[in-house]
Amino acid sequence: MTHVKSLLSRQELIGLLVVAALIFVVMPLSMDIFRLNLFGKYLTYAFVAIGLVLCWGKGGILSLGQGVFFGLGGYCMAMYLKLEASTPEATAIQSTPGIPDFMDWNQITSLPWFWEPFNSLTFTLLAILVIPTLFAFVIGAAMFKRRVGGVYFAIITQAIAAILTILIIGQQGYTGGVNGITDLRTLKGWDIRTDEAKYVLYYVNGGLLIAVLLLSQFVLKSKLGRLLVAVRDKEDRVRFSGYDVSNIKIFVFCFAAVLSAIGGAMFTLQVGFMSPSFVGIVPSIEMVIFCAVGGRLSIFGAVYGTLLVNWAKTTFSEIFPELWLFGLGGLFIAVVLVFPNGLSGLYRSYLAPLVDRLISRGGSSYPPEPASPPPDLDGEANAKPAE
Amino acid sequence: MNTISNNTDFLLSIESLSVSFDGFKAVNDLNLYVDENEIHVIIGPNGAGKTTVLDLICGRTKATAGSIKFRKKELTQLREHEIVREGVGRKFQNPSIYEDLTVFENLELSFPRGRSVFGALTFKRDAEVTTRVREIAEMVFLDALLNMQAALLSHGQKQWLEIGMLLIQDPELLMLDEPVAGMSVSERKQTAKLLNEITKGRSVMVVEHDMKFVEDIAHRVTVLHQGKILSEGSMAKVQADPKVIDVYLGH
Repeated sequence: MTHVKSLLSRQELIGLLVVAALIFVVMPLSMDIFRLNLFGKYLTYAFVAIGLVLCWGKGGILSLGQGVFFGLGGYCMAMYLKLEASTPEATAIQSTPGIPDFMDWNQITSLPWFWEPFNSLTFTLLAILVIPTLFAFVIGAAMFKRRVGGVYFAIITQAIAAILTILIIGQQGYTGGVNGITDLRTLKGWDIRTDEAKYVLYYVNGGLLIAVLLLSQFVLKSKLGRLLVAVRDKEDRVRFSGYDVSNIKIFVFCFAAVLSAIGGAMFTLQVGFMSPSFVGIVPSIEMVIFCAVGGRLSIFGAVYGTLLVNWAKTTFSEIFPELWLFGLGGLFIAVVLVFPNGLSGLYRSYLAPLVDRLISRGGSSYPPEPASPPPDLDGEANAKPAE
Repeated sequence: MNTISNNTDFLLSIESLSVSFDGFKAVNDLNLYVDENEIHVIIGPNGAGKTTVLDLICGRTKATAGSIKFRKKELTQLREHEIVREGVGRKFQNPSIYEDLTVFENLELSFPRGRSVFGALTFKRDAEVTTRVREIAEMVFLDALLNMQAALLSHGQKQWLEIGMLLIQDPELLMLDEPVAGMSVSERKQTAKLLNEITKGRSVMVVEHDMKFVEDIAHRVTVLHQGKILSEGSMAKVQADPKVIDVYLGH
């Protein structure tokens, strides 16, 4: 119990349980599989938004290129699934059977070398985690060691998102081009298109999201979490306290990247394809909006922000297809001007005091307590008498 | 007092140090020595290069030429955090603290342990840390405010907090840039007392304009003018120096 307490305050524990109940109970009971699958798709974006909370909200590093990592994760998964769907039997009508269909259409006659390892599921799963991390590491090291930050960093990440999109679209024969990698069927022989598979994938996705929330909470509760805030506030002070600030930034950027990649891979599995339209500048900015609407300081807020914006997007783009983008822009402006701390800020100022009063008979949990012991001391330090 | 001939005994020796910004020599062929357990105050008119000297020592500005040796180790090639780890602490002119964190957390982050990414992830707030934080907080008059958000402190308290954040690092050389700027009279007195207390076992370099305060604390004073040393010695000596009166004190 002490472990749970040191990781999650009472409010946060409740927050986590509410998210879990929503994902595992409320949504599956209230939706048909089509809607649930859609909801699962939204949840894959929440991985990105959680990463942005740590990277941008806490650490002050605004990345406008998270779609890159979402895409890398998604493409890795899609490459594996595509190879499995491209058996010589299934592709017998092609001029070169046994390679993905879009390669055949582009007059490619053998599988490119970088596709080969994606025949292995183990390699693919590792690649989903490692490739985006390495890529983020290279970008991070190149930028942060040279002290490139703020707006410049945001612009560079955006440029990278644009470059990757152009690369994917241009290299049609190797990547599937603008259509992406489509017609994905099975995972180790298990058909991912059935309703049953969609349920299973939905729950796996939900489980991963909870795991990612806990992992992020662990990072935020560690000294590194406070260091992130310190770097955002006064980078120089952190440096002159003996820390290598660039390493802290590289770490959190890589962390956000790997979360995005997990989301991307789950997206491919649930939606059944991956395309450059999830990689570029527009989706990357939308991901920042999800995070901002949720409140960029709260990992739970990020989940709700993602769900709300995506739900609105689906609903309003069906009703007013031309107006939706203006709505999204308006929403972002409203968040910045009217409620800069997003949903979680609204929750904290209006609902949290009520919830707190309801749940705390005895122990207080949110604002720090009066006397000496500092907040969230762990057990052993607490045992020490004050003075 | 030591002489230049046995300069290796100094804690810090700066020799022929120069830095120029676009041709303007902010610090020009400077030689400066700091003894062990000494409070060394640098004074001088605006633009004399006082803050630049501190910036050069702590690695914020890279020297164009010359050497800075700290315990015989060359600092000019090291990066900022490496210089800190050698034992040099720096306080900035404006209180530079983490406003969104509590006083306790501010001090805790400055505690010299778990400075790598992995170290920070696995850092435990154990008895050693809490005891040390309390000790330092008491020294800088903030022991009753450990749980307060740092943004809510008064200006003087923020200055003390930053001094506390440096003390918890236990540096051998502490550099303070205008530590009493914006402080009330009683806060100044307390700060002078604090500085005299913390200099036990370490050296302190102070840049300050407040002459009354300088008199209270200085063991030795260096007067800078246009990036060069104008005069050096005890407070009484530099105050009597006609050159100093002419360019600085006489105004």
